[in-house]
Amino acid sequence: MRPSPLCVTAYTVACAAGTGRAAFTAALRERRSGLRPNDFTTAPLETWIGRIDGLEREEAALPAPLAAWDCRNNRLAWLALHQDRFHERMAAARARYGSHRIAIVVGTSTASIGSTEEAYRRLQPDGEFPPELRRSIIHAPHSLADFLRHALALEGFCVTVATACSSSAKVFADAERLLRQGLADAALVGGADTLCGSVLFGFNSLGLVSPEPCRPFDPARRGLSLGEAAGFALLERQGEGPWLLGCGASSDAHHMSSPHPEGRGARRAIEAALDAAGIGSCDVDYINLHGTASQKNDEVEGRLVAELFPQKAFASSTKGWTGHALGAAGIVEAAVACNAIETGLVPGTLNSSAIDPICGPQVRLENEQRAVGIAASHSFGFGGSNCVLVFGRERPW
Amino acid sequence: MVSSARAPREEHAAPAALFAGRVYVEGIALWAPRLPGWAAARGILRGEALPCSPPAPRPAPALLAPNERRRATDSVAVAIEVASAACESSGRLPRELPSVFASTFGETAMSDYLCSQLARAPLDTSPTKFHNSVHNAAAGYWAIATGCPEPYTAIAAHRHTFGTGLILASTQALADETAVLYVAYDIETPGPLATMSPSRGMLGAALVLAPGPTPHTRAMLELHVHTVETRATRPREANAAHVAGNAMATCLALFEALADAVPGDALRREVVLTLAPRLALRLEVAAAG
Repeated sequence: MRPSPLCVTAYTVACAAGTGRAAFTAALRERRSGLRPNDFTTAPLETWIGRIDGLEREEAALPAPLAAWDCRNNRLAWLALHQDRFHERMAAARARYGSHRIAIVVGTSTASIGSTEEAYRRLQPDGEFPPELRRSIIHAPHSLADFLRHALALEGFCVTVATACSSSAKVFADAERLLRQGLADAALVGGADTLCGSVLFGFNSLGLVSPEPCRPFDPARRGLSLGEAAGFALLERQGEGPWLLGCGASSDAHHMSSPHPEGRGARRAIEAALDAAGIGSCDVDYINLHGTASQKNDEVEGRLVAELFPQKAFASSTKGWTGHALGAAGIVEAAVACNAIETGLVPGTLNSSAIDPICGPQVRLENEQRAVGIAASHSFGFGGSNCVLVFGRERPW
Repeated sequence: MVSSARAPREEHAAPAALFAGRVYVEGIALWAPRLPGWAAARGILRGEALPCSPPAPRPAPALLAPNERRRATDSVAVAIEVASAACESSGRLPRELPSVFASTFGETAMSDYLCSQLARAPLDTSPTKFHNSVHNAAAGYWAIATGCPEPYTAIAAHRHTFGTGLILASTQALADETAVLYVAYDIETPGPLATMSPSRGMLGAALVLAPGPTPHTRAMLELHVHTVETRATRPREANAAHVAGNAMATCLALFEALADAVPGDALRREVVLTLAPRLALRLEVAAAG
């Protein structure tokens, strides 16, 4: 049973480089990075981060009926929902299909664990959480999806996908199968991940955090910059917008936090996505790479792209603008790919001054304006979880 | 190919099915300290044997190398134990199966460690414990241990996790015409986190689901998704006590029905799982021919 093409009828993204598609596109075009020196952690940590302003302010708090879900991660999701008329588009879809016929399939790596961290910092003498943080849902992995279900008054299938850095890419594959099986007529996909101590100090403990703004594919790269982001897309069987042509997923089956040295799983995911889309690698105009700026990822991915894609393909990492938004990276970069199809803006790679010689001519530093018929996005995560998405301008079949 | 029809919606008739499909159970596994393995659990759930006493120590999956077995978190140990047992009973090779791993609260022992460590001395965070804190840790270790290149996913849906994962595994089996490994587990939540994400003991459950009948078929599951406000089926009281307090305890009603469905038994047993406050998965469980 062949996957059915789905139309991305609405999408939005909020990241450090810009909140809303127009702001993010302008930052991409003008090559303005959203990274800044770390001013987030309770203990000093020398690194740069992609932080979104204002989330901790009182005005950013969720409205009273949603107060039970209030936390940094859901505030960011709420912010994203209200950009690009996304909330209106969801309301219209709800009216069209019914509240039971729209599935929520969203990804996150750490959900709202930042609130759990805060509760542990402020434990009461009796070992209890502080009263205002005694809200069980925000300490559970399902916090984001449950919040969206309430915020959008949806009553259909609702799931959180948490496969680390591939989370909000893998949601497209799950949603596609749910629609193909008739469990829903439309799906809200995407995800959100916000900065928290766990990821900043966790990646630091692995020696993967750069003391300077990340430089993807630069021979002198020193690691990644972490960021926060949220993004959502509405998938329907008909409509106007870029088309999801294929998803390819695989497992490295190698190591929890290090990619397979020959990119075995990544290659399998790329090939599966192209196969599902019914295209060859020569058909791909733009590839948004995982490109975290870690030594290992960029080496493996750079070599693989050189081998698998024709020289004319344009490939880049946008992590220099956004930082690595972990579970939200998939949807942010899917949005960059869709935006390239719609506007012809293919961003290069920011902060890097040279390209590692291990890469082929596909990986570029400078932006370009070119017609993009097909764009792909790579997401590779901890636990060897890989996902590649392929989008196209035209409905393929 | 199994049909997945969308029935017309009617206001006053029986709740319409939002989805209907059928999958075939080829492998079954269950592990809890009082139900250590399906061979024992089957008899206990049928009321033919007494629960394991004293409770079994945590499982030591043979699939893991001895040092990994020692270092594995409880969730990784119980998930890999039931995943291996389900594959073995299905006669399928683990490396050929895509999988869905579902856990309500995931790696709570690692979350408790990280949150405590961050409050104390963030710069001394353990890198191993950090990468073991991801929700897909069990799935990742499973892929590594079996060398499985097929994709896995790792999901959560709060108190609806078991039914939600079962839907994802079933729709994957039907849509992609492949057998799928489904693994559901939760462990005992340690530390202050237990006040918000309570779960007691260890519980792992796994099924190998196929889109069509094979010589390995042991039971059939008819799935119907209804837009109705309902409660999940409760297992018999004596059985519920064996996994009381575990966040994945909702899975037990299905395993009780699977234990009751002996070959040749024509009775269809109904099990209801919730997917959302007003969305339910009704399962009809039938023994293989």
